[in-house]
Amino acid sequence: MSSINAAGDVKTVTKGVKSRTSTLLLLLHMRTFVALILVFAFFAIAAPNFLSTGNMLIISKHVALNALLAIGMTFVIIAGGIDLSVGSIVGLCAMVAGYLVLFGIDLNFLGIAYSVQFNTIEICLIVLVVGVFIGWINGMLITKLNVAPFIATLGVLYVARGAALLFSEGRTFPNLAGNPEYGSDTFRIIGSGTLLGLPISVWIMIVVALLAAYLATRTPLGRHIYAVGGNERGAALSGVNVDRIKLFVYMFSGFCAAFVGLIISSQLQASHPATGETFELNAIAAAVLGGTSMSGGRGRIGGTIVGAFVIGILADGLIMMGVSSFWQTVIKGLVIIAAVVVDQIQQKLQARVVLQQNAN
Amino acid sequence: MSDASPVEPHPIGLSIRNGSKIYPGTQALKSVDFDLRMGAVNVLVGENGAGKSTLMKIIAGVEQLNGGTIELDGKPVVFADKADAAKQGVGIVFQELNLFPNLTVAENIFVGHEKTKAGIHIDSAAQTATARALMKRLEQEIDPNAPLGNLRIGQQQIVEIAKALAEDARILILDEPTSALSATEVEVLFRVIKDLKKQGVGIVYISHRLEELIRIGDYITVLRDGVITGSRSMQGVDIPWIVANMIGSASKEFPKTVEHELGAEIFRAEDVCLPSAAGGYAVDHMSLSVRAGEIVGLYGLMGAGRSELLECIMAQHPNSSGQLFISGKLVKEKSVAGRIRRGLALIPEDRKRDGLVQIMSIRENLTMSSLYDFTRGFHLSLKAELAKAADYVKRMAIKIASLEHPVSSLSGGNQQKVVIGKALMTKPRILLMDEPSRGIDIGAKAEIFRTMRRLAADGLGILFVTSDLEEVLALSDRILVMANGRLTGQFPAGAKASDVISAATPNLNRVEV
Repeated sequence: MSSINAAGDVKTVTKGVKSRTSTLLLLLHMRTFVALILVFAFFAIAAPNFLSTGNMLIISKHVALNALLAIGMTFVIIAGGIDLSVGSIVGLCAMVAGYLVLFGIDLNFLGIAYSVQFNTIEICLIVLVVGVFIGWINGMLITKLNVAPFIATLGVLYVARGAALLFSEGRTFPNLAGNPEYGSDTFRIIGSGTLLGLPISVWIMIVVALLAAYLATRTPLGRHIYAVGGNERGAALSGVNVDRIKLFVYMFSGFCAAFVGLIISSQLQASHPATGETFELNAIAAAVLGGTSMSGGRGRIGGTIVGAFVIGILADGLIMMGVSSFWQTVIKGLVIIAAVVVDQIQQKLQARVVLQQNAN
Repeated sequence: MSDASPVEPHPIGLSIRNGSKIYPGTQALKSVDFDLRMGAVNVLVGENGAGKSTLMKIIAGVEQLNGGTIELDGKPVVFADKADAAKQGVGIVFQELNLFPNLTVAENIFVGHEKTKAGIHIDSAAQTATARALMKRLEQEIDPNAPLGNLRIGQQQIVEIAKALAEDARILILDEPTSALSATEVEVLFRVIKDLKKQGVGIVYISHRLEELIRIGDYITVLRDGVITGSRSMQGVDIPWIVANMIGSASKEFPKTVEHELGAEIFRAEDVCLPSAAGGYAVDHMSLSVRAGEIVGLYGLMGAGRSELLECIMAQHPNSSGQLFISGKLVKEKSVAGRIRRGLALIPEDRKRDGLVQIMSIRENLTMSSLYDFTRGFHLSLKAELAKAADYVKRMAIKIASLEHPVSSLSGGNQQKVVIGKALMTKPRILLMDEPSRGIDIGAKAEIFRTMRRLAADGLGILFVTSDLEEVLALSDRILVMANGRLTGQFPAGAKASDVISAATPNLNRVEV
């Protein structure tokens, strides 16, 4: 009799433990979101004017830039790579955009005394093609020439930055007001226009994020990205074209970076060759904060967006509170480390729960 | 053991009594009694997974016993680790080379026990001199200062042996030392072994080459499924005796053949060649064919080139040559995806490395090769995917708690079923299986064998690679044997075990019994 009672007790106890672990797991699973709510609540109380519409719009504009880069970065990292060149692609694309707005393409070098001018749509397309092309170079270096992603994109980081500086010999392209005659006076809308009360840049982020999330979860391409990052050999033997997947993620990352270059040059009405320096680190931080595993195979677009918001709100909120920028940097670093530590804890816990379920 | 003669010229140096070793899921050794005699060659033989390697690792201190005792010179000892065992005079040459290609030959020989001055400064001159002396003893012209990576595999194995010799071991364990050696190199090794015997060194010698064992061995111990099935002095031992003890009479459960007619030839490979990094060919002009409904077993020893052949067929080696035909039509596709579309499917040997994406879910792994079946335009229908995955889980009888759990949470047998399910979902016509029963428990093995029978009865052609003699004899409609990259034998079902083993021994002619 006593043995039956004991067994029953054990069962209730494990049940209690199980529901506790599952609540904990849910909280850990949503940790970036929980962090976002905490950070938001903290600044709402601590920083005056934090909740004002104007401030919210400013923060969302800042976040949109980092989030766009981080979306591209997330795909690259899920596929088992890294893209250090995005900041430089932003800079180069900003310079290309500025040049096209100011000068168009001068055909003098062909011996023709004529310069081709572009409207806003054409400028955007050309800049996006430039971004995708640089991503393609990254991808070719990595897949065809077997350069390690870290090295390949580090090299391209320097080359693209140098190219941006060469474009204007280090100067800024000022006054990108555009010319109504060519249809490029609408260029400023990308950075400063609004639609239904939201900045255009935020809309771009939303559309790209939705597209990326769909790609990741509902297409064979997305599934293959996860497979390549999870086990490259296994994916290849399953018939996945690994090189094509890798090429795609770097091109997509270049595409996202080109958008950021467009938005910044339009916002500032000027192109500076140093635009986007160290942006790549913020993008990696947002991806990691959002639960993307640096060893590949794991990550979600939604997580990355939330991660970008945590970083953005933290940065702007601390500025509003008058915290020194030195401390801001320290705090950002600590948050990233904490995120990864919590991630490790979650992984362990989850594996244990699955093993338990299998045993039952 | 009872037939060991009472007058024993070779004293027992090390003995294991009642030794047991348990790994999670399997018992590798069951109450093993083993005596290692000094000044003699103690041969250890058995099929893959019989427990030879485990026994050796225990003697060398790499693994520890769960039960039982070890006595060294009559005194009980416990080896904490390999370094501890080495201190007591036990040296080991592993089958897989544990060398550093970026270091020189001399540096490799002395890695971990460098010759030093004042404990910090490495005495390169002394190391080089000793290494040179060792090379001379092994009759090799290898420069001690050459980077190891520049040597042939055979030469690397010599360096591995030199490394063990440099430690002046009293007990030396050699695990398949000749698998990569040429005939002359084997002769040299045998001379060195004779030398060592004279100095009173006790040698444990493991090999699959039975003729070689009979020639070099003084005592023989046969292992099967973690149990010693025969142990005696080598006098009077012949190959049939060894084979009988290796395989035993109580056979594992193999399903009966499902009676069915064999169809027409469904797959043919002609003249498949793969150049080897070490020179020569890893796959040397291999041709074979498989009929619909036929199970063809490809037997051979490690390194015979069987896995490489399957990899060539699956487009894994861009520099391989040869032609493949499916139902008589030439396969022109060069990509894995293209070959899968043509009806080829591979179950890789290394499940973890090649077969599965461990961090992805069971569902995602099952459908990995056939995602486009559930895709319209760009859109992947998760509902259709889930239904198909659930269907295959039922069909393959995979035991799971949820399709969404990571595949790494499954047991080896169930993981293997996921790999097979993934391959079958592509509706293959020829299934290539590389060691399909490796690392899974007996129950799961039987299920996988039954599945193979059923698939063959449904008209699939199956080409499977195995190192398990019993398995190849029981399952195959036809047996092919490979050695040194070449086809060395072809037998119908019901062939004699010793014939198959002889065909798999690549150096039959050069080793005179």
